[in-house]
Amino acid sequence: DQVLHIVPETFQQVQLLQHLCSTLPLDLWKPLLPEDIWAGEDLHIRVPAPLVQEVKDSLDQHMISYKVLIPDVQELVDQSMPREMSSHGQVPEGYVYTQYHPMEEIYQWMTQIQKSNSELVTQHSLGTTIENRTMYYLQISQPSDKPKKIIWMDCGIHAREWISPAFCQWFVKEILQNYKSDPKISRFLQNLDLYILPVLNIDGYIYSWEKDRLWRKNRSPHMGGTCYGTDLNRNFNSSWGSVGVSYNCSSEIFCGSGPESEPETRAVAQFIERKKSDILCYLTIHSYGQYILTPYGSTTKPPSNSEELMHVAEKAAAALMGKYGTSYEVGSTSLILYSNSGSSRDWAHMIGIPFSYTFELRDNGTYGFVLPPEQIQPTCEETM
Amino acid sequence: QDSTVTCTAEVLYHLGNENIAPSVKFTIEGELKNTAEADNIFYNRIKSLEEELVAENIPDSHGNVSPEMEPIRLLAWVASGYIIWQNSTENTKFQLAQIKHVKQVKRSDEYLEFDYLILLHEMVSQEIIPWQMTVLWHPQHGVQVAQDSRQPNTHRSN
Repeated sequence: DQVLHIVPETFQQVQLLQHLCSTLPLDLWKPLLPEDIWAGEDLHIRVPAPLVQEVKDSLDQHMISYKVLIPDVQELVDQSMPREMSSHGQVPEGYVYTQYHPMEEIYQWMTQIQKSNSELVTQHSLGTTIENRTMYYLQISQPSDKPKKIIWMDCGIHAREWISPAFCQWFVKEILQNYKSDPKISRFLQNLDLYILPVLNIDGYIYSWEKDRLWRKNRSPHMGGTCYGTDLNRNFNSSWGSVGVSYNCSSEIFCGSGPESEPETRAVAQFIERKKSDILCYLTIHSYGQYILTPYGSTTKPPSNSEELMHVAEKAAAALMGKYGTSYEVGSTSLILYSNSGSSRDWAHMIGIPFSYTFELRDNGTYGFVLPPEQIQPTCEETM
Repeated sequence: QDSTVTCTAEVLYHLGNENIAPSVKFTIEGELKNTAEADNIFYNRIKSLEEELVAENIPDSHGNVSPEMEPIRLLAWVASGYIIWQNSTENTKFQLAQIKHVKQVKRSDEYLEFDYLILLHEMVSQEIIPWQMTVLWHPQHGVQVAQDSRQPNTHRSN
C-alpha cells in the first residue's frame, strides 16, 4: 500500500478525486471525508497495493501531480511494532500470560508446553486452515488404565476476540502448574482428559494482528477474491443457514457456501464426530458480553437436558461471580441473546454431547473486543 | 471513592416507524460525583495546546489507553451514546468499539471541538460501522454532537 500526497489545483481536479474516493476502496488520511477535499489543500490518500498503478495512471491522465509520501505502509507498520519475540524466549516460565500474543508465539508456546510437560501433554494436528496453516490442539491426559471421558475447549473461533485465546493459554498453564498441588485439579485429571484448541481461526487471528483488529471471520476468498471470510460459528451443520445469518459474503455473519464449507469447521467437526461418544462437555470461548450460553440459537425449543444444562451453568456463573463480583448472564442463546444457526455449540449438542456451552467473556461493552491486558488476569482467574 | 448510582430508564421503541429514535425517560437515584476539577484540568490542557490534538486507535489493538487520552475516550463514549440512541431499534445493540481517529478543531469561542471517526459494533449483525461525528464540549455547557454521519465500510481499518 502507498500513501500519496496530492494538492488539487482546480475544482475539476477536486471533483475527480472525490469521484475516485467514492468508486474505489481508497483510504483518506487527510482530510477524513471526500467532501472536505479543497483546491489548494493537502490531500493524503492511502491506496491499497493492487490499485496503486490504476490510481497513478488515472492521476497522470488528468494531469494531477502527486508525490509518494509513504512508499510502503506495511514496512512502516512493521517498524513501529515492538518485536518482543526473542526477548521473551520460548520457555513457559518466561511466557507472559497477561499479554496478548501473536500466532507465531502461540505456536512456539504449544511446542514448549509439550516439551516441558511431556508426561501429561501431547500436541496433535486437527487439519489445516484455508491459508494452509496447521491447527494444533493440546491433549492433557494423565496416564491411567481406566478409560476417561473428554472435555473439549476451543478458543479463537472469532478473530477479534483476543481474550479468548489468552484464556485458553492461561487455562493450560493453570492446570499444568497446579495439578500436583491442587486436589481439585488432580481429581479432575484422574477422571477426565482435556483437549484444548487455543486458536481455531488461525488465519483470522493473524489478520486481526496485521491488518484489521476488528476482523471476525476466517479468510476464505469468495467472488473471485473480491470478498473474504465465512463466520465459522455460522458454518456448522446445525440448522445451517436458517436463521441469524447472511448469505452475503460481505456480512460479518456470512454462513459460507454450505454447512462445513470451511476447512477449519471440517477439521473440528470431523474430530469431534469421531470422539463424540467419549466427549462429556463441549466448551467454546468467545467475547464479549459476559454470558454462559446454552443450546440452542437456532430455535427456542429447549434441549432435552435443559434443566441439567442450566443448573450446571448457574453454578458456574455463581462461582465466577464469587471471585471478583463479575456477573454473567446464563441461558439459551435464542432467548437471551439472538437467534443464530450453524453454531458449533448447537452442533455439538445435536450430535449427542450432553454439556455444550458458549462462554462470552468480559466485558460488557466498555472496551468490548479491545479488552486491556490488565483485565486478562482477572478475567482468566474468575473464569477458571 | 467509587460509589454506585442507580439509573432507571423507560425506553419506548416506535414500532410503527423505525426511523424515530426511541423515547427515553430516566431517573437517577443518588448523587453523581462532581467532576468539575478534572473537567477544568482537561479543558485548560487542550485549550493551551499549541498544535491541535490528533490521535488514532483509542484504545490501541491491545486495549491500552494512555492517561492523556482517557478524557478523549470518555468524551467519545458520551457522544457515541447520542448516536446510538438516535439509531437504535428493537433489533439493534450498539457499543462503541474503538476510536479510529480524532482531530481537534480550534475554535475562537470557548468550546472545544473534536472531529471523531469512531467504530460502532452492532451485536446482532456483528457489523463494525464507521461513523464520523463532530463533538462540542465545555465544562459548564456539556456535550453536543453538532453533526454526524455514517461512513462506508472502507474506513474500518488501516
